[in-house]
Amino acid sequence: MHWRNQQTHWGMVAILMHFGVAFTVFGLFALGWWMVDLTYYDSWYKPAPHIHKSIGILLFITMILRLAWRIFDKPPEHLDTHAKWEQISAKITHILLYALIFGIIFSGYLISTADGRPIKVFDWFEVPALITSIEKQEDIAGVIHWYAACVLIGLAVLHILGAFKHHVIDKDTTLTRMLGKNRR
Amino acid sequence: MIKFFTKSAIIAAAMFTSVSGFAADSFKIDTDGAHAYIDFKISHLGYSWISGRFNTFEGDFSFSQDNPSDAQVSVTIDATSLDSNHAERDKHIRSADFLETDKFPSASFKSTGFNYTGDGKGVLTGDLTLKGVTKSIEIEVSHIGQGDDPWGNYRSGFLGETALTIADFGITQPYLPADMQVFLELGVEGIRQ
Repeated sequence: MHWRNQQTHWGMVAILMHFGVAFTVFGLFALGWWMVDLTYYDSWYKPAPHIHKSIGILLFITMILRLAWRIFDKPPEHLDTHAKWEQISAKITHILLYALIFGIIFSGYLISTADGRPIKVFDWFEVPALITSIEKQEDIAGVIHWYAACVLIGLAVLHILGAFKHHVIDKDTTLTRMLGKNRR
Repeated sequence: MIKFFTKSAIIAAAMFTSVSGFAADSFKIDTDGAHAYIDFKISHLGYSWISGRFNTFEGDFSFSQDNPSDAQVSVTIDATSLDSNHAERDKHIRSADFLETDKFPSASFKSTGFNYTGDGKGVLTGDLTLKGVTKSIEIEVSHIGQGDDPWGNYRSGFLGETALTIADFGITQPYLPADMQVFLELGVEGIRQ
């Protein structure tokens, strides 16, 4: 298996970042969903948001690296069996997945830093507040954070269904080449 | 006939004058200059206090030192302007768990009576509408002072203090004591109109 992408299949770096981000996104969604209903006296009331925010910032760093890697390391070619509409809709979905992840992280950052407090990442380093003067910033950012997260999860599920459609119905290598193989 | 009207007019004018001589001055609360505040404090875990305020409100009052019992106050508060110096907490207090400001964006107070007890002090009663619930409350009031300001206006200022049981206004959480109270301190400075 190669570190870098090949013409026919993905390389190790892209694969690791892809699945790392995927599990993190679903994990953060579940954690966020669960933590907002914790009551004040719950022992997780303070640590859960702290973990959610810390992982969110680390996800942001990963996404920057991932985007840079995608630009630096040319992705594999489309399969000949991919229809034009599949290529276009996959492209749009991928752009939206990237944009939504960045949008969700940014809106989450705007909630937590709305009063000028930095975000502490696992008591390891701090991300300072940069934008604090938007009227009702934490409320508006909160609404965007929630709805964008729901859309992201919906699109990610569509993305997964697409992968299985290629594997099970089309019987092509779309899924397996994301697992590092160039054959089924 | 003409004489009658003239006479009536003179009497009416005289009455009006005498009434206005007794009438209380009306004041606009100086929120533009931020010489007024609505501060609250509430227990944190029973060990200490947290404090906050409502940044946006407007109102007016009428008051006369000759006839303090006639004092009237009316204030409208932007409930969404709650500020406890912590954005995530403010967002939570504005949510349906507490003030539900999406549904109830404003709160208001309108006085119904003032029991002046002398020496610049008294108890103001009035209807407070908060989270859609209207209840009569009492506010301890003390008149701090009044007089000309250096910029050509006339000002009068009061301090008000009260405690509300938040459950009375439909603000409850299973983990909060049923008799949880919030303490309000109201700084009211008005400019005579």
